[in-house]
Amino acid sequence: MAPDNALVRLETKRLTALFGRSPAVHEVSVFFPTNTVTAIIGPSGCGKSTFLRCLNRMHELSQGGWVTGSVMLDGDDIYDAGVNPVVIRRQIGMVFQRPTPFPTMSIYENVAAGLRVNGRLPRRDVDAAVEQALRQAALWDEVKDRLEGSAVALSGGQQQRLCIARAVAPKPEVLLLDEPTASLDPAGTQRIEELCHELKQRYTIVIVTHNMQQAARVSDYTAFFYMGKLVEVNRTTAIFTRPKQPQTEAYITGRFG
Amino acid sequence: MSGRSTRRRIQSAVMTGIVGLLCIAAVAPLLFIFGNLVAKGASSIDWNFFVQNPVPAGQTGGGVAHAIVGTGIIVGLAGLIGLPVGVGAGIYLAEYGGGKLGWIVRFLADVLNGTPSIVIGIFAWTWLVKPVGHFSALAGGAALAVLMVPMLARTTEEMVRLVPNSLREAALALGYPRWRTSLRVMVRTALGGIVTGALVAIARAAGETAPLLFTALGNLNFSTNILQPMQSLSLQIYVYATGPFEEWHRLAWASALVLMGLVLILSVSARWATRQRHGTR
Amino acid sequence: MTSVPTEQKPIAAAPVSRPAPQVILRRRSRNVGDHVHRWVVTGLACVVPVLLVVIAGDLLVSAWPALRKFGPGFLWTSTWDPVAEVYGAAPMIFGTIVSSLLALVIAVPLSLGVAIYLTEFSPRWLRQPVSFLVELLAAVPSVVYGLWGIFVLIPFLRTFVVPGLRAVLGWTPLFSGVFYGNSMLAGGIILAIMIVPYIAAVSREVLSAVPSSQREAALGLGATRWEAVWTAVLPYGRAGVIGAVMLGLGRALGETMAVTMVIGNRHDIAASLLQPGFTMAAALANEFSEATTSMYLSALFAVGLVLFVLTIVINALARLLVWRVARGASAGSRAL
Repeated sequence: MAPDNALVRLETKRLTALFGRSPAVHEVSVFFPTNTVTAIIGPSGCGKSTFLRCLNRMHELSQGGWVTGSVMLDGDDIYDAGVNPVVIRRQIGMVFQRPTPFPTMSIYENVAAGLRVNGRLPRRDVDAAVEQALRQAALWDEVKDRLEGSAVALSGGQQQRLCIARAVAPKPEVLLLDEPTASLDPAGTQRIEELCHELKQRYTIVIVTHNMQQAARVSDYTAFFYMGKLVEVNRTTAIFTRPKQPQTEAYITGRFG
Repeated sequence: MSGRSTRRRIQSAVMTGIVGLLCIAAVAPLLFIFGNLVAKGASSIDWNFFVQNPVPAGQTGGGVAHAIVGTGIIVGLAGLIGLPVGVGAGIYLAEYGGGKLGWIVRFLADVLNGTPSIVIGIFAWTWLVKPVGHFSALAGGAALAVLMVPMLARTTEEMVRLVPNSLREAALALGYPRWRTSLRVMVRTALGGIVTGALVAIARAAGETAPLLFTALGNLNFSTNILQPMQSLSLQIYVYATGPFEEWHRLAWASALVLMGLVLILSVSARWATRQRHGTR
Repeated sequence: MTSVPTEQKPIAAAPVSRPAPQVILRRRSRNVGDHVHRWVVTGLACVVPVLLVVIAGDLLVSAWPALRKFGPGFLWTSTWDPVAEVYGAAPMIFGTIVSSLLALVIAVPLSLGVAIYLTEFSPRWLRQPVSFLVELLAAVPSVVYGLWGIFVLIPFLRTFVVPGLRAVLGWTPLFSGVFYGNSMLAGGIILAIMIVPYIAAVSREVLSAVPSSQREAALGLGATRWEAVWTAVLPYGRAGVIGAVMLGLGRALGETMAVTMVIGNRHDIAASLLQPGFTMAAALANEFSEATTSMYLSALFAVGLVLFVLTIVINALARLLVWRVARGASAGSRAL
């Protein structure tokens, strides 16, 4: 891969996401610098997940979902006419709240699933990519002897790391994490948070979390959303020690949640 | 007060007993039928029964090889025609069936499901026998396929809908196009259930007689020509049971036992497979 | 509208050179696979409505000559004479209705017994085996029921049941006359056994869908178990149970083989259940291959048309009732 000269991998410009006629996200403009972790925090229903799903064109798959504004990946608007959303989603990977390994596929096949859509690759290349992805997800040592085993036999935390491996195997540019530790126990949560630190060396990460402490632990930048609007975005330390907006301060001091 | 409540308690106990008795009465015929099938049919089943063809009317002995093979061929044809249509329709209903066309297809599939099989039989005669001038196993298979399609569509739709939507989202987020998500993820995950539904539909088709009366017609001889009349176990039972010879009646019981065994194996293995899967989930 | 705070903005002035994106975003791939997939499955699904239209059309067209010749009188004329080419379907329609009603009279209490027992009273370990046995009733082929009917049921009726019936109820027109074996009674009983699993399965789903709060409320008020069922559960599920019964009726109307093997196959309208009779389905099975003239054939198609329309109406009504109560669960469609 070419050295990353670009400093902004992903950027939104006045992004508005609607369901039918009701907007869920209002005119959000924000940068996601390369090889950083940006956390998106805010109370339930503030549009964090909806916003995230706009970044890989998943929002339009929801009933009545559509978008105005633009999302620039390396300077190109992914919402341009003529752009194939399927291709976008191979550039921008996503991991969901609940682990969703494909139940009929083995661990190996799960990780390789994203690789196969681009056409047939030689077996050796796939093997190498699977191993690399599993190492990046800190799962290789645990499963290297049972790659042909069933993916659903893994524990919840392992399954989620498998989903991360699956998402990074096609070498996307950006990784979107939608509350990835919400259904995990503390041990599993910690492992994934550690992963974020390692993964950001290769990918640009955007993580939605309802857990402020997690945001503080994991991210370089934090964006606070409220009622569909971006209220404040800054370096994480700044957000949590010197918030500029009163709403931000109210939220992080726990006055509402 | 206590007198009244005692009366009510007795009434409740009595009604519970009656309900239990009704339940037993409902299931009892099944036990009798199985008992009779075994008692009257088992003694006639030997190796010859399976490999020989019928002997001339009135004589003793002979077998139903032609009917067993015939059932296999006709049901096989039915599956060949009916499975793609039924499962395909089911996939449509699960993936795109939210709109008006989906509603219409679903409703009409139910209507088709409730249509008497004899009506399907005379319809198949009009289109597949009359124009050609002769009966055929192919026409019989097609008639049975018409019966299978609505059953398959409904069970397939149900099974695919059971697959959690999160799997679809995960596949789409990986960059799977919609068709690939549908086939390689949703249908593949539901495949066990779809196969179960197919087995049950085949079991039902194997037992049918009415649609075959005017399509496959029946045959006294062994034949594997799908463009000619063919015998099936069900037709054989009908002919033998309503015929005048004692010998035929004996063979009818034995054939019924074999047919029931076939249907049982298909149905039970289908349900057992479902239970297995749900157990491990 | 939020402007980006300056702390967040990266080094702005220096021109950035971007690495070549791995995949050109603008490639116009048409997602051909999606279109093909959609069209193929849609086409396969459309086979169903097309098939139904063709069946209905075929019946109408083939029946038209007879319908035009005999008019609505076809439905209530009782002469069926292929030699004289006079066709009236009344005996068949009468027989279909009577045998089905008789089947319902017998099957409904039995099926409700199964459904109530399984949902309310049976111990948990008994549920699976009993419902499995009931499902098996539906798996038995019609012709096997007919075989059993001829050689087991009818002799049983002749020896044990009919003398008793004649002794007690012989004075009524329902049980008068000589009993030869093949009769409306035998037909009704066989049909009853065959439709029990359908009514029971759907009723059971309907009753299971009744929220347990209903039951518990009644029990909390001091009702006995039976009273809770009778006053709280059954009324709640009443519409669905009626729908289940109608589904059973729909099946009974169309049953062919078992009926034709035990009912006697005689074009006759008799008050007595001990007499032979006919149903539309049985007549089709018996006479279709012997129809020598085109009018004969057309008359038979007309019978088929009447049967077709009747079952559609009953089934549609049944589905409507069941949908309203057991919404969500695809009641009755599962593998039966």
